[in-house]
Amino acid sequence: MNFEEVFEAKLAKNEFIEPKDWMPDNYRKHLIRQISQHAHSEVVGMLPEGNWISRAPSLRAKLVLLAKVQDEGGHGLYLYTAAETLGISRDEMIDALLTGKAKYSSIFNYPTLTWADVGAIGWLVDGAAIMNQVMLQRTSYGPYSRAMVRICKEESFHQRQGYEIMTHLSFGTPEQKEMAQDAMNRWWFPTLMMFGPPDVESPNSDNALKWRIKRESNDQLRQRFVNQTVIQAEYLGLTIPDPKLKWNESKKGYDYGDPDWSEFKNVIKGNGICNKQRLADRNKAHREGEWVRAAAAAYADKQKHVQAA
Amino acid sequence: MSDSQGPMWEVFVQKKSGQPFVHCGSVHAFDGEMALQNARDLYTRRGEGMALWVAPSAAIVSSSPEDIGSFFDPANDKIFRHPTFYQIPDGVGHM
Repeated sequence: MNFEEVFEAKLAKNEFIEPKDWMPDNYRKHLIRQISQHAHSEVVGMLPEGNWISRAPSLRAKLVLLAKVQDEGGHGLYLYTAAETLGISRDEMIDALLTGKAKYSSIFNYPTLTWADVGAIGWLVDGAAIMNQVMLQRTSYGPYSRAMVRICKEESFHQRQGYEIMTHLSFGTPEQKEMAQDAMNRWWFPTLMMFGPPDVESPNSDNALKWRIKRESNDQLRQRFVNQTVIQAEYLGLTIPDPKLKWNESKKGYDYGDPDWSEFKNVIKGNGICNKQRLADRNKAHREGEWVRAAAAAYADKQKHVQAA
Repeated sequence: MSDSQGPMWEVFVQKKSGQPFVHCGSVHAFDGEMALQNARDLYTRRGEGMALWVAPSAAIVSSSPEDIGSFFDPANDKIFRHPTFYQIPDGVGHM
């Protein structure tokens, strides 16, 4: 068997591909793009929620939100190290993010206007992310899969804390309930967009499925998310802002309306409400951390001289 | 790989005393102490471990996937190394 046949045979047997294994260039490129974008999404994902750390409504809420944002940073780090096993450096990836060359999930270009948005992000956005990440636990690249297993364990806390916030608001005063509904109205369709374009026009899906990087299609995951979420919205007494949403007995699932895909494309192009702010904030944080990197490098340099002497 | 983040270290966590140290991921750091602290912050936020090892990734020596056949071959035809290879009569108790 040649290298390619060994690679194909491993995929056929549901075995994992490890960093030292031979892999097609396009498989490597696809993974570097996907894993680094995933990492960037975790890191940029800290910003919309970070917006509320200083304004959390109680000390408990503040502690929880801090822990959650710290987790997101950690998820970014798991993923960056997984991508590094494919031969790209951390610096190259960070540079691609900071210069706007790399993409991250379009959902984080929407603003968090109220405290209810923090609840909606945990419940809906993290819920959608979990749907995708549970599938990715069985992705064909070993280091990516292992990072996903760790991430999924931690994400479940994120979704539950979000739903708890939504519960408090939905069963609170009429103003609080209204705030929860308003967040639902703004986050529902952007959340559905997180699964990516419809299968018929998804440019990267074919290879991803063939190589078992993804195990299910965008539309399959989106459908599962809708099915799971409707009952949770009903419990809260919130209305999902989709007039087409309707139980379909024949498919044992809900029919739902399409998100505005032109909006999706526009946000990806950089024209979302917060694209510029997110990138500016990321760059500012990176600049302000420069002295830490410089100090660490100077320390490492000094240690080398101490050892040499 | 070394860049502005410092070299890479592999992290091993021992879940409970007495158990083996298991690889859980990697961190960047400029020395061992920093690697330990980074590993603690990244991999043991929920009591996942009682002890940590870190080792420079560059110091890890691993088998190569291409040689897998010949490398592990000596173990493949020695089924007599397994306890189930042997027939033990009934009535002699647990063995």
